[in-house]
This record gives sequence, structure tokens and C-alpha cells, in this order.
Amino acid sequence: MTDRAPLLEVTDLVKHYPVRGGILRRRIGTVHSVDGVSFSVGKGETLGLVGESGCGKSTVARSVLRLVEPTSGAIKLNGTDITNLSKTDLRPHRRSMQIVFQDPFASLNPRMTAGDIVGEPLGVHGLATGAKQQERVAELFAQVGLRADQMKNYPHQFSGGQRQRICIARALSLGPSLIVCDEPVSALDVSIQAQVINLLIDLQRKNNFSYLFIAHDLAVVAHISHRVAVMYLGRIVEIADKTELFANPRHPYTQALLASVPVANPKAKKLAPMIDGDVPSPINPPSGCAFHTRCRYVMDRCKVERPSLLDAGARHEVACWLNEGTGRAE
Amino acid sequence: MAVVNYDSELKRAGAHSTHGWRRLTFLAQRYMLGTIGLFIMIMFVWVAISADLICRFSPLSVDSTHRLAAPDAVHWLGTDSFGRDVWSRIVHGARISLAVGIGATLLGSTLGVIVGLVSGYLSGWVDLLFQRVTDILQALPLLVLALVMTAALGPSLPNVIIAIAIPLIPTVARVIRANTLALRELPFVEAAKSIGMSETRIAIRHVLPNTLAPLIVLATAQLGSTILTEASLSFLGLGIPEPYPSWGRMLSESAAEYVRTAPWLVIFPGVAISLAVFGTNLFGDALRDILDPRQRG
Repeated sequence: MTDRAPLLEVTDLVKHYPVRGGILRRRIGTVHSVDGVSFSVGKGETLGLVGESGCGKSTVARSVLRLVEPTSGAIKLNGTDITNLSKTDLRPHRRSMQIVFQDPFASLNPRMTAGDIVGEPLGVHGLATGAKQQERVAELFAQVGLRADQMKNYPHQFSGGQRQRICIARALSLGPSLIVCDEPVSALDVSIQAQVINLLIDLQRKNNFSYLFIAHDLAVVAHISHRVAVMYLGRIVEIADKTELFANPRHPYTQALLASVPVANPKAKKLAPMIDGDVPSPINPPSGCAFHTRCRYVMDRCKVERPSLLDAGARHEVACWLNEGTGRAE
Repeated sequence: MAVVNYDSELKRAGAHSTHGWRRLTFLAQRYMLGTIGLFIMIMFVWVAISADLICRFSPLSVDSTHRLAAPDAVHWLGTDSFGRDVWSRIVHGARISLAVGIGATLLGSTLGVIVGLVSGYLSGWVDLLFQRVTDILQALPLLVLALVMTAALGPSLPNVIIAIAIPLIPTVARVIRANTLALRELPFVEAAKSIGMSETRIAIRHVLPNTLAPLIVLATAQLGSTILTEASLSFLGLGIPEPYPSWGRMLSESAAEYVRTAPWLVIFPGVAISLAVFGTNLFGDALRDILDPRQRG
């Protein structure tokens, strides 16, 4: 795979949420939801972002779309820094990035027809109105595998998979170059998951847009992604091409994560769990490497110094002291 | 063993009746009490509209020869101490009660929706300010607040409507604010943000329509209590001024003096008030059950 021109570049993204308490609502702590995350997504590329619940995946997604304001860091879309744009200045850029949410039941307004939901972005951006808008919506319906006569139906008349198709059609309506998928299939049945994933892949082939694909299901990520980033407690610990990451995981956390995937063979020997304990609280993340409290290879250095993402060769970056010096010379 | 007739069970559960008239007749059968309430309300509205057609006497005409006449064929519900026909005063009183009830509910709900929506959607210090003001308003009993308002504004129909509407604002605002806070966090609102919709448009197009069901329920429930408040205000002499007929005033004029000698002066306005409130409450309960199944008890 050749290098692609970056469409989305995220540098040192940080999002802290204040914890307030007491009568005066004073700040008594900070949730380090996202703690210095950098990655880029090329044109037509799918970057899978995996991690346990609460590791900050969704916050990354929302920050990229400026649905939450990042505490610091920079987000560049198509070369433009959109981190500090005002709402008005951001509006034209909104056309280039769209989102598909996890819960297809809550992401559609129950009082609007499916056709109105999909057509609304066209109206907001003044791209098409009236009959022209209807025509465009019918096209979008066809693209995601819905019938044009379903445009007048309300969300409750659709199944979960169909609703997710409506969400995808809404995201497509503005012709975006980046679609952020925040666990788009986690709420669906397994058979429906495959249909929706394949629809997403087909649409990407036709339209050549990029996905930032967030999931906790490794099988799903393996199927759709070109590259995969692994997150732990608000930081990316490893990022590599899909085949490289699954064949040659470098970070102890990634290794544990891959080992935890159940194998569909009852005779397969069950691997001993590689990590135990729970994820530490993001309110007081461990010093140094956030994973040191659970890592089996922990060294004294890990408790003090925080490793940054270092090149380990073959477009493979790992944030672990064990890999220091294994890559090419800096 | 009991045989289940699936067709009749399905019909009872309302299958196949999702649209139009069939849905309406199904709901009417399912919620009998609500239907009765609706009919009582329709009856009052009809009486109020056609008041001039169904009365032989003007509600204001004084007839000194027929003072305190008992109900008979001419004066169906008797006459009061000025010889005015009680039936026509009650019928014309329905106009006032409905005007105040509907007017105050509409005014109070509209203002309450605006306050609730702004407060819930903007949050921050605006929310804090609005909520503390509604706290203060809610700390005062509705009747006392209405009393103070009419005393300050002077008794007239529009003033009574305003006086009764203002205490309604906090209740409506609370409900709308709570709903807005919940809706604001839903992904479809985030989706609207991500397509670049303005906040005002999101509030009106995505949040407001989803708060309407609880609002309608609340407004219907309030309708009965506003009619009652108007009667109470008039009873205390701060409602609709003389000589216009108001049920509450009719009661207060006759309660002490004539309750033994001419009980029809007390009974019939009382029945009118009770029936109107009863009707709106029955209908309101059924409406709540239909629109908000979660509260079904």
C-alpha cells in the first residue's frame, strides 16, 4: 500500500473534562478522556480505532467533528486547521465530514419522516430544495439499499439495520470526504452487522471517501480497516497497517487484546488471560506509561517516563519502552 | 381449556387500526372514560357557542316580580335574588369559564414553553437565573399568586386570564426544560449539529416537536384547574366583574344567604363547575395514557 495524502491530521489532541463537586461546584479533578492523541487518515483510507469502553474513542470522534471542543491540539481537514474556527467559519467544512452514530434508535428524530431526515442537510446547506431535493433523497435511498417509497415512513417503522442505513444516507447527502463511524454496528444483530459493514465498504469504493471507524469488535475492524490504531486510557499505544498489526502486535496491550478474541473452535486451547485487573480511572491516570499497572513486562522506567509513539519499521508505530531502538534510526 | 380467539384478541388490542377513523373509534372504545370526558367538553363548548340560541332570557335582564323563583317550566333552573334566569346565567357563564380556561392555558403554556426551551437549551447562567425565578413563582400557591395579580391589575376578563396564566408558567417550563435537557444529549441533535444547523433551528425543529406530547397532556390537565381557579377568584370577588355571569361569582353571591331558602342558586353553578372540571380531567387522563404510555398506571 502506498502512502496516501493525508485528509485528516490530528496532532496532540487533548480533551479534559472537569469534575466538579461541593456546594460551589469547584473543580475537584479532571477526567483525562483523551490525552495527547495523534494520527492521520489518508484519502480513501479507513482507520480503525479500537479500545475498551471508556478509553476515549468516542471523544476522539466527537472532537474531530468539533461536537465537543478539544482542550488542546490541532485538527486539520484537507490542510485547513479547523480546531479554532468559529461556528460560522466551520459551516462550509461541515459538508466534508459527517458522522454515523452507534444507536440507530436515538440518532433519528422520531417526529420526522425518513425522507425529511435525509433531505434536511441539503436544505441547511442550500444544495437542493423541493422536487430536486426529493429526487436527490431518492437517489441516496437507492444507494444505501432502501426503497424510494419508504421516504414517507417514520423511523419507528424501520428495523435497526434499516435505520442505520438512513443514518448512512444522511451522512452521504452532503458528499463528505470523511465519515466518522462511532461504533456503527455495535447495536445491531451479527447478520445485520455484516450487511451494514459491506454497504460501508461498497460506498467507499464508489465514492472514495475516508472512514474513521471506531469499534471495540476486532473482527469488524479487521474486516473494514486499512490501518488500525489501538487506544488505551486516552492514548494511542500502537498504530499500524491492518495485516501488520494483527500478524505482529508489538505493544503488550495489543497482544492481550488480540489474545482475548474468542476462537470459534471448541477444541482450541484457551489462552491464559494476559492481563488482569480493571482499567484505571481516567481521573487519576497512572504516571508514565498508562498501561504499567497491568503490564506483564513492566520495568521501573515505565512507571516514570511516558513512552511516545516510535517507529518500529514497516509503518508500524508503538508507544512502549520495549520497542525502543528496534526501529530504524531516528 | 380455554380457547383463545386470536382474531378477537387482536381486534381488542387494536391491531389493524393504526390510521384515521378506525384508530379513533378503537381509542374511543378502549378509553371509555376519556370519551365521556371529551363529550362533556364538547357539550360545554357547544353550549358556550350557541348560548344565545338556547336561552329564553338575557342573563343580565332583571325581573323584580320573579325574585328567587324555584325551578319551573319557564325558569328551568329558577331565578336569583334579582330575578335573573339561572339557566341562562349558567349557559353564558360557560363562555367566561371556557374563555378563561382556554385563554389562560394557552398563554401560560406558550410562555412556559419559551422559558423552558431557552432555559434547557442554553443552560449555564441563563438556566440558573430562569430556574431560580420559577422556584420563587412555584413557592407561592397558585391561588394566592392569582389573587395578588388580579388585585394589582384590577378585575377584568383579560386581567383574570393573565393572572391565572402566570402561575402556570413554572409548571410548564419545568416539564419542557427537563425534556429539553434529555433531548439535547441525543444523537439526532448531535447529528443536526454536525450538518451545521443553527442552534435556534435545532431547538425549534428537533427539540420542540419531541416535547409536545407531555405538553398537550399537561395543558389538558391544567385546563380543569384554571376553570376552578377562575371560579375561586370570582368567588372571592376578584374575578370577572359584575354583572357578567361567572359560575364562581354566582356561588359566592348566594352561598351564605340563600343556601337554605333557594338551594338551586348554589347547586346548579356548583354542578356546572364540577362537571366542566370532571370532563377535562377525564379527557386529560385518557390523553396522557394514549400519548405517554410510560405513565400508564
